[in-house]
Amino acid sequence: MSLGRVAGAALLALLALGPFLPMGGMGQYLLHVMIQIFVWSFIGGAWSLMGRFGLVSLGHGAFLGLGAYTVTLLWNFYSLTPWIGGVAAAVFTVLVAAVVAYPCSRFQVVGHYFALVTLAVGEVVRLLIIAERNWTGGSLGLSLRPAIGDSLLAMQFADKRVFYYASLVLWLVGLWIWYRVDRSMARAAMEAIGEDETAAASVGIHVTRFKMGITMLSAGLTAVGGVAYAQYISYVNPDTLAGIGVSLRIVFAVVLGGMYSLLGPTVGTALTIALGEYLRVLFGLRFIGMAETIYGLLLILFIIFLPSGIYGSLRDVVARLARPARLASGLR
Amino acid sequence: MLELRRVTAGYGHFTALWDVTLRVEAGEAVAVVGPNGSGKTTLMRVISGLVAARTGELVFESASLAGRKAHEIVSHGIAHVPEGRRIFPLLTVADNLKMGAFQPRARKGFAESLVRVYDLFPVLRERQKQRAGSLSGGEQQMLAIGRALMSRPKLILLDEPSMGLAPVMVLRLFDLIRRVREEGYTILVVEQNVRQVLKLVDRAYLLEVGRIRMEGRAAELSEQDFVRKAYVGL
Amino acid sequence: MIDPIFLVEAAVNGVLLGGVLALLALGLNLIFGVVDIVWIAYVDLVMVCMYLVYFLVMVYGWPLWLAGALSVALGALLGLGVHLLIITPILGKAPVNQLLATGGLLFFLQSFATFLWTTDHKTVRLALPILEVGGMFLSFTRLIAFVISLVAMLGLWVFLRRTYIGTAIRAVSQDREAMALMGANPQRVYLVTSAVGGAMAGLAGALLIIQYSVHPFFGAAFGPLTFMICVLGGLGNMVGAFVASFIMSEIISIGGVVISTEMGYVIAFIVFIVMMFARPGGILARRG
Repeated sequence: MSLGRVAGAALLALLALGPFLPMGGMGQYLLHVMIQIFVWSFIGGAWSLMGRFGLVSLGHGAFLGLGAYTVTLLWNFYSLTPWIGGVAAAVFTVLVAAVVAYPCSRFQVVGHYFALVTLAVGEVVRLLIIAERNWTGGSLGLSLRPAIGDSLLAMQFADKRVFYYASLVLWLVGLWIWYRVDRSMARAAMEAIGEDETAAASVGIHVTRFKMGITMLSAGLTAVGGVAYAQYISYVNPDTLAGIGVSLRIVFAVVLGGMYSLLGPTVGTALTIALGEYLRVLFGLRFIGMAETIYGLLLILFIIFLPSGIYGSLRDVVARLARPARLASGLR
Repeated sequence: MLELRRVTAGYGHFTALWDVTLRVEAGEAVAVVGPNGSGKTTLMRVISGLVAARTGELVFESASLAGRKAHEIVSHGIAHVPEGRRIFPLLTVADNLKMGAFQPRARKGFAESLVRVYDLFPVLRERQKQRAGSLSGGEQQMLAIGRALMSRPKLILLDEPSMGLAPVMVLRLFDLIRRVREEGYTILVVEQNVRQVLKLVDRAYLLEVGRIRMEGRAAELSEQDFVRKAYVGL
Repeated sequence: MIDPIFLVEAAVNGVLLGGVLALLALGLNLIFGVVDIVWIAYVDLVMVCMYLVYFLVMVYGWPLWLAGALSVALGALLGLGVHLLIITPILGKAPVNQLLATGGLLFFLQSFATFLWTTDHKTVRLALPILEVGGMFLSFTRLIAFVISLVAMLGLWVFLRRTYIGTAIRAVSQDREAMALMGANPQRVYLVTSAVGGAMAGLAGALLIIQYSVHPFFGAAFGPLTFMICVLGGLGNMVGAFVASFIMSEIISIGGVVISTEMGYVIAFIVFIVMMFARPGGILARRG
């Protein structure tokens, strides 16, 4: 068994036992942070399915918001269990994504253009939520109607540990999906498309179908992440879930961690959340805004000095260290 | 005047030029011919600074050009008329010429250069207020050459000037290039139209797959059987 | 049904709004078209200049015109600073990294503003009259802002068309490499462009603070709108951006009166998305 596999298994075991490890008084807080990390890593991974192929979206907040609000509204107004509501939310979001992705793919809207179109979609969703304040609660947000006690049907639990394991599983599922896409024919096709669309089309790759497919998958998964978030936090708000702010944060986390690797989004998300929490604890309520200011400054510095992300840079360093050793062994 | 010694250059992992050595004396007209993809355009771009040479030396009038950026090389006196002309389509003819004289040395003699260019290419004077993008292919090529002349160069690099032009236009163009040469400019031209260009220049090099295969006086080269058979026409 | 006079009033207000939006769009477009990088934080620079004018006029009692002039200067300085410190290191890098660099600046500016000045809305109140024209009520402040915007845009037009460096800027936006072959150092052209774009942000800031209130998240309100106007008009296309500004401002203004303020924006954004598909190169697309 390789070193990587052993480390991976150990980490997984640690995570599985997590909630039962003695953490002193910090238990609940740490669980909360871990749940955030799992869910946002899942979302980041979903974004990276598009990002790694050159489809840089600055509007994933739209899919997040659509997922979260749909499931919340269906429960609040129709008592539809989130198990079905979540699926409905994902399907709805995928349809919206298809409507946007089709013209983008057909008319070769790429690069900066694509980023701005997605930004517009994100804003449209956010504004629609605010505009329809009668039933969405507008800028004040919407709370999930509480079920009586713990309810599997309503996906509401008092014990954070349930959410912990649920989000752990979600995260693992996300990794599995990423892995499957990575190994599939779709990946080769998308890379060809990313490099030269016309050339790819000329060898018979159905560009539109692939781009739409990956966009719809990414959107659907992001919506599921939104559902998970809504169920856990029990409160949704257009600015936290659908604006350019959240969209940028997702992109930052993924690029920081490394857009092209399986664990990149997770590493990036874990780091940015940990950083955010650290700064928030450090400054508390004393200097409001200072935490975010430093966060922004660090992000700028990271992007300038670590363009291939932390994970990517680490891998480069490790590869470079490993090379001379291999060379030496070869010359013997 | 210009000398390349054992220059190797390329893009990323791809090497387009291998070990290229050539020279151009002051007042000469030299051609580099060869088939598509042989690296002719890369050669031009290395000389004008758009592409960095990986190894070898690049010397112009005893000064090394190694590592210099494109906009610096212009001030040394090299003007590059790029492949496809690359005139500014939305600017007027006059503005295009103005841009040619961007650097300070050229701006001083701006009025004089402009008169010279309009004398060489009267059609440009006629169309000076027209959008450059609306000119015909031949006129655009004249504009591109005129623009290069505005920078008061000593050496002019011409990359595939006959590309995309009708045969009649090609003949006229080469006549004009001959006149430019007679004005005293040193010329290095890269061309696919071997027959026409060999009539124009003193010496020529044959570039194939990134390497110099042959060099000699134009008259000798045009006698070469395989040159005539393989690259004749178009 | 709505009294037609309200519609006309909305239309006129749309024009007045369009003027200042055009200023924003042209500044952003200028930089976009030349340097080929999206300054996601552009409107946040406007926000900073708005605060400057606010403090100079309301706290230190400066005359508005002087504060405005300083705002323009600050804008130009900020433009230079952004290009030197943030853009230059990421030139030629992957688009996503470029977007994130200015995105980080957005976070930084918005949070720093929150830290320094809290989220309270601040505005500069001018004691200027409301004009009544044929049953419509028009703000004199808006009118003045509109006129100044037009004058500034005219100035920009003259700068780009008649001056040497202005023509060079246009040339670079059409073919960067060819311009390098003319002896133009791209970095110098970028710096001038960034300074001019920043100056326009500064002027827009001065004109906006007298009409709207400033708060740290002002950029979140006007930013996306500005981008969409630029893309709608065609990247690098100044006339297109000008026209697009008024199209969007009319939709927002009239939609705002007919339905609701938010729906006005929503409709404008949906029109943008539809236009992106109909004419991906922009409504006045000239370059292929």
